[in-house]
Amino acid sequence: MAVAAERTPGAAVDENLLVVRDLVKYFPIRKGLLQREVARVHAVDGISFDVKRGETFGLVGESGCGKSTTARLITRLLMPTSGSVVYDGQDISTWPERKIRPLRRDVQMIFQDPYASLNPRRSIGTIIGEPLRLLGIGDRNERRTRVREVMERVGLNPEHFNRYPHEFSGGQRQRIGIARAVVLRPKLIVADEPVSALDVSIQAQVLNLLQELRDEMGLTLVFIAHDLSVVRHMCDRIAVMYLGKIVELASGDRLYDHPRHPYTGALLSAVPAPKASAGRGRQRVVLQGDVPSPVAPPPACRFHTRCWKAQPICSEVEPPLESKGPRDLAACHFPLTDGEVDALTERSAE
Amino acid sequence: MALLEIEDLHVSFKTVDGVVHAVEGVSLSLDARKTLGVVGESGSGKSVTAQTILGLTRFPNATISGRILFDGHDLLTMSTEHLRDVRGARIAMIFQDPLSSLHPFFKVGHQIVEAIRAHEDVPRDLARKRTIEALSSVGIPSPEERFNSFPHEMSGGMRQRVMIAMALAMRPDILIADEPTTALDVTVQAQVLELIQALRDDFGTAVILITHDLGVVAQMADDVAVMYAGRVLEQTTRETLFTEPEHPYTWGLLQSIPRLDAPRTGRLNPIAGSPPSLINVPRGCTFHPRCPYAPPPAFETEPALTPSQPGHLVRCHLPIEERKRLWQSLQNEHPALR
Repeated sequence: MAVAAERTPGAAVDENLLVVRDLVKYFPIRKGLLQREVARVHAVDGISFDVKRGETFGLVGESGCGKSTTARLITRLLMPTSGSVVYDGQDISTWPERKIRPLRRDVQMIFQDPYASLNPRRSIGTIIGEPLRLLGIGDRNERRTRVREVMERVGLNPEHFNRYPHEFSGGQRQRIGIARAVVLRPKLIVADEPVSALDVSIQAQVLNLLQELRDEMGLTLVFIAHDLSVVRHMCDRIAVMYLGKIVELASGDRLYDHPRHPYTGALLSAVPAPKASAGRGRQRVVLQGDVPSPVAPPPACRFHTRCWKAQPICSEVEPPLESKGPRDLAACHFPLTDGEVDALTERSAE
Repeated sequence: MALLEIEDLHVSFKTVDGVVHAVEGVSLSLDARKTLGVVGESGSGKSVTAQTILGLTRFPNATISGRILFDGHDLLTMSTEHLRDVRGARIAMIFQDPLSSLHPFFKVGHQIVEAIRAHEDVPRDLARKRTIEALSSVGIPSPEERFNSFPHEMSGGMRQRVMIAMALAMRPDILIADEPTTALDVTVQAQVLELIQALRDDFGTAVILITHDLGVVAQMADDVAVMYAGRVLEQTTRETLFTEPEHPYTWGLLQSIPRLDAPRTGRLNPIAGSPPSLINVPRGCTFHPRCPYAPPPAFETEPALTPSQPGHLVRCHLPIEERKRLWQSLQNEHPALR
């Protein structure tokens, strides 16, 4: 079988479900009559990471850092410019569309805006059952039964099978999106900002649901969000992205206790804690300026234009993503010291 | 005396689906130089309250009652022309999405100059000078060049700064900020919040900060009102809200958010159900369908907003001792709440 032939050597029983290497996605900017390429958006610019079977892997960063593009590359909604995406031992990065389709059974996606990702003209029963129909799984009645089971599981009333998306609240619409993603019993779900459009009380319900489904179905989850507290709550390991690069990659707890990259430190210190002593008695790094344009990212370390620790070398030599502590990776010439970390985080204030 | 006094405000809108009771008996007061945080989820009435202060809800289908006293005048009965003098000059407002508050066809500097000249009789070159000063004081690099930028040429954080610069140029008594940082990245949010704090400290501007983010409130506010289904459920100082909250809804909000400042927990403890429809508001306490502690009276009669101690108002049927006991046991269960 063609699929077997493409397995990477030695990856027969790999603990990694997903292996991403040197992944790059440029979007060309075209102008003029001949639509000549005048510039490129460097959306994702050479990132590598592994996702282990059964783990929840987090991607965090601000707008424009490339986290959503990464989500679309690993689910192959987009074709990478270069680099590889190895899913379950098979490099899917250059597969044509007809080959990708069966993969949808294993790899599903949940989107941020539950309204924009649901067809308003279809009943939610049809929407949730669509993946089953497209892959020709079961007959009409079996599909119906399966959809009702899934609806019940995600906390939707199965009697609402024939209702339309506009009849549901934001939180319920996100449950519809989740039901559609799990109806095929996939192995990997990529969730792109699944709760950022929801109110806090509903957000907590949806996060709990995702955790329950993950544990019950043994899912591997790639969880993408801009909210650091949500990512930390959900994820085993977290990669921090800035302007198309991974600047730090560590286990959730270590990332928050011992951030090594100044950008991670700045992100953590920017989140106000919901308590009376918030922000009092700790040093706050307020970064200056905006994130530079990904059309012309700064040379070498991309964070050097906003970094308070930057030295001349930072604009000349790009720091590799390398170990800065037990198993933690950071791409920085001058990683944060323990003293600097204490000053930045709320814990030291207590 | 308070700078701004909202008394028993009711706002409802007639729609094809029925009457939406957006605000039901809200009373708030804002002192000079203070920041009042108004927290709530979508549909809590926090934005409608803010918009009503500046007469932005005077639609044909709206019914508004109560009083909003500012400087000895009732803003609710003030004529639209008169209100226009207050708007911007005395009470400024910034919104979540600064792009929709700026005119896309005009240069931002020009828009600020026009705003100044609409309220004050100053020559154009002086207004221009003040605009550039304002742009520079909100941290916009090369303000002379940025004066000639169009809104679409700026980033979200930059546009929100332009809005704050516009507010600043008028030296208002009150700044109403409606979810000013919700659309912004966290590092840019930190910049904008710092700017609002500076505005308050340097010019003594009082701030009404409307947000869904309890962390933002904890950082910014002196006093906080928690709103739900058009009502204030709890109102107190920032300190008390986070150390001794007494309303089950406030507890629910605090338990719903994952925390960075505490060890990771397995599952969150969310509020069950979803917010009520404002057309068919639940009978009794509006929160009772979602409240795990609701006593029998909560199903029948709506509790009044009553003081549990001076400066701490709570709208709840549970006896005070019971509330204190419940909060204690929640804190024992969830160390993050301590």
